[in-house]
Amino acid sequence: MKHIVRKAFFDYQKEEKYLNEMSTKGLALTDYTWCRYVFQDAPKGEYIYRIELFQNPVNHPESQNYIKFMEETGVEFVASYYRWVYFRRKATEGEFDIYSDIDSRIKHYKRIRALFLFLTVLNLAIGLLNFFYGHMQTSMDIRPINSYIAILSLSVGTLLLIFLVLPLSKKVSSLEKEKSIRE
Amino acid sequence: MAEMTERAALTEAVYYILLSLYKPMHGYGIMQNVKEISNCRVSLGAGTLYGAINTLLEKGWIKPMPNEEDSRKKDYQITELGKETVNAEILRLEELIRNGKKITGGE
Repeated sequence: MKHIVRKAFFDYQKEEKYLNEMSTKGLALTDYTWCRYVFQDAPKGEYIYRIELFQNPVNHPESQNYIKFMEETGVEFVASYYRWVYFRRKATEGEFDIYSDIDSRIKHYKRIRALFLFLTVLNLAIGLLNFFYGHMQTSMDIRPINSYIAILSLSVGTLLLIFLVLPLSKKVSSLEKEKSIRE
Repeated sequence: MAEMTERAALTEAVYYILLSLYKPMHGYGIMQNVKEISNCRVSLGAGTLYGAINTLLEKGWIKPMPNEEDSRKKDYQITELGKETVNAEILRLEELIRNGKKITGGE
């Protein structure tokens, strides 16, 4: 049976955990579009899910090559959104990790951080711009709509920074420390 | 940079991938083989393996096999340069083990 869940995640790691918890309960993700998860009944714990951020858009030949390669190793492409890709593999095949060494993990985290950092800067820039417009509106006795937008953008930018960019940086630096003494 | 790293240690993943490719093998075969020869200790992630294969191809340490008819999966094989690298690595590893055993008494 098909189950549709509407849900939004801020943190892709929490999202991945959620998908695996659902799988443990016998609900296997089969499709995803913006904040809309489609689950199908499956034996409990049949699949392990992993979310990966690609370097290129999903329809890029390089990404297609990679997906083909993943499929050859028993990994199933479930869905994609923008450059985010949802993979799953049967749990009977053992632990499923896309990246098994420190180097490739660091690379993946850095790619994700770059995306969120871009969004952070974008939000802060839009926020500042609107802040000045709002200021002008106030001095001209117009309702400062841009100030409200500024508050929103600046908040989103700050949240991105605190909850995604900084934790990812911490992860990268602890992995880099680890790398300096072992592989 | 490249020159500097020529003498550096290989990663475990790369060392085992190169060893696997003394026989032509495709990606999944490499994963299975590495697991087998390491008694399940080393389990290569598909993403890690994909990245390593591309880097090794660029370096010319491995090469793709000419495609056989209706074989969808791409096979790879180690090159002479790759074999030289493995031999140098074995010498380095032997030195490490020799010194380790000498000092700890091999216990």
